[in-house]
Amino acid sequence: MLLTFYRFINNLGVNFIMIVDIKKLSVDYSGIKALDDISFGIAKGDFLGIIGPNGAGKSTLFRCMLGLHTQYDGTIKFFDQDIRDSRKYLSQVGFVPQKPVVDRNFPATIREVLSMSQNSSDPKKVDEALQKVWMHELADRRIGDLSVGQQQRVFIAKALVNSPKILVLDEPITGIDQYNQDLFFQILGELNTKEKISIIWSSHDLDAVERLANKVACLNQTLFFHGVSKDFFSDDEMLKKYSETSMQMHMHHH
Amino acid sequence: MTFEAVSYESIPHVLVSGIAISLLCSAVGLFLVLRKFSLFGDALAHSAFGGVAFGLFIGIYPLWIACAVAILSALGLTKIRQKFDISSDAIVAILLATGLGAGIILVSMSDDLEIHDIEEFLFGSAIIDTQNVITILAMAGAILAILFFTYKKLLYSTFSEEQAKASGISVDKMSYLLITIAGVTVIISMQMVGVLLISALFVLPNVSAMLYARSFKQTMMLSMCFAVSATVSGIFISYQFDIAQSGCIVLVAAAIFIGSLVVKGSGLVKTTGILAKRA
Ligand SMILES: Nc1ncnc2c1ncn2[C@@H]1O[C@H](COP(=O)(O)OP(=O)(O)OP(=O)(O)O)[C@@H](O)[C@H]1O
Ligand SMILES: [Mg+2]
Repeated sequence: MLLTFYRFINNLGVNFIMIVDIKKLSVDYSGIKALDDISFGIAKGDFLGIIGPNGAGKSTLFRCMLGLHTQYDGTIKFFDQDIRDSRKYLSQVGFVPQKPVVDRNFPATIREVLSMSQNSSDPKKVDEALQKVWMHELADRRIGDLSVGQQQRVFIAKALVNSPKILVLDEPITGIDQYNQDLFFQILGELNTKEKISIIWSSHDLDAVERLANKVACLNQTLFFHGVSKDFFSDDEMLKKYSETSMQMHMHHH
Repeated sequence: MTFEAVSYESIPHVLVSGIAISLLCSAVGLFLVLRKFSLFGDALAHSAFGGVAFGLFIGIYPLWIACAVAILSALGLTKIRQKFDISSDAIVAILLATGLGAGIILVSMSDDLEIHDIEEFLFGSAIIDTQNVITILAMAGAILAILFFTYKKLLYSTFSEEQAKASGISVDKMSYLLITIAGVTVIISMQMVGVLLISALFVLPNVSAMLYARSFKQTMMLSMCFAVSATVSGIFISYQFDIAQSGCIVLVAAAIFIGSLVVKGSGLVKTTGILAKRA
C-alpha cells in the first residue's frame, strides 16, 4: 500500500520535472519576426515533434535553445535555470543540426569525431554510442567517406556520447532513404522509451510525427498548438488550420 | 643580395631550432589548413614585417614588436570579420597587403637602416645565437604543450563551429587562441625561413600528410615527420652546396608533396592500406 503510494508520488514527480521551460520567446531578425511570443515546456520523457512549414522558425527556436542565437526576448530555462546565466546545461543536451556539413577531406575518423565532443575521455562511451546507432563497425573510417545517411547516424551517436537528458534534432531525416528513416525512428523510439531521454524534433513529415511523437507543437511564427499528439491528429479543424498556414506561407514566398 | 647558407659552426644550432620550428609549424599549420586558412600564416608574417620595420625604425628589438603587431592586427580583423561577415580569404589579403605596405613605408623613411637587416627577415637567416636557440625551444615547447591540452576543443571548433558552440565550447576564444599561437609561431619561424616563405612550412607538410592519413592523429604525426625531414635535409643541402637555407627547406617540402602526389596517384599506397590502424 505504502509502496503503491510511493510509486504514485514518484511518478507524479517524474512527470513534473521540466527539462525545458520556454516563456514568451520572441525573435526578430532586423525587423522581421521569426518567433512571436512562444511558450511551452518539455517534461521528462516527452517526445515532442515540432511541425511547421519552411521559414516557420523551427531552426531559430533550436538555435535560441542551444545558445547559438542570443538576441531574443523572453526566457528559456533548462533544468530550471535561465540559459543566459550559465552554459553548463549544454553538457546535458545532445544536438543534431539541420544538414551538418562535413568536409569530405577532413582527416578525422568517426571515433575521433565522437571523442571531440566527449567531456570525459572514456573510449568505451564512444563505442557504446556508436553501437546504439549500429555504426561501431565503421568506427575507424574517415567521416568524409560516409554517405549522408551514415553521417547523420554518426551525428546522433555524437549527440549521445555524453549521455544527455535531452536530444534536440533539427529535421534529421531530410534526404535519408526510407530504410534508414525507419532505422532512425527505431533508434529514437528506443532512446525515448528505454533510456527516458526527452526528445525534441522538428520535421515537415506529419506522418512520421504522428507515428513517433507523443507531443506535438505546431509552429509558424506563433505557436498555435501544443499538446498531446493524438489530440492534434484527431482534430480535423487543427489539421485544416495547419495546412492553411502552410499554404499561406508558400504564397508569401512565391 | 646576400642569402645565407648554413655554415659548419652553426649546424647544431640550426638543426635544433629547425626541428623545433618544423614540429611547431606543422602542428599549428594543420589547424589553419583545416580551417581553410592556409595563407593566414603568410598574412601574419607580412603584418609582422610591418612590425619588424617599425621596431628597426624606432630602434627597439624588432621581433617582439612584430609579434605584438601581427597578433593584435589579426585579432582585430577577426573581430571585424565576425561583425561584418567578411570572408576569411579577404581578411588574409587585407592583413598581408597592409602589413607589407606599412613596412615598406617605414623602411623607406629610415636612412640608416641596413638593407641586410631587412633581407634577413624577408628571406630568413641561419640561427647562430645560443640565446636565440633557447628562446625558440622554450616557445616551441610551450606552444606544443598548449596545443596538446586544447587540441580536442580546437579540433571540434574547426570541424563544426556550430556544433562545438552548441556543446558549450567558446568557439571565439578558441579562434583567438589559435591566432595568438599562430602569431608567435610565425615570429619564431620567420628567423629561419623568412616572411616570404613561411606558409610553405605551415601548409606543405600538412597537405602531403592529408593525402595518406585517415585520422587526425595520423595526419599530425605524418605531417611532423615530413616537416622535420624537409628541414633537416634542407639544412644539409644548404650547407653542402652553399645555397640559401630557407629556399632549400621549402623546396624539399615541396618535393615531398610532389612525391606524395605521385605515390598516391600511382596507387602504391592506399589510404586504407598501410595506415589502416586504429587512430
Ligand atoms: N540569420 C538570419 N538572418 C535573417 N533572417 C533569418 C535568419 N535565419 C532565419 N531567418 C528568417 O527567420 C525565419 C525562420 O527561419 P528558420 O530557419 O528558423 O525556419 P525553419 O522553420 O527552420 O525553416 P526550414 O523548415 O526551412 O528549416 C525565416 O523567415 C528566415 O528567413
Ligand atoms: Mg530549419
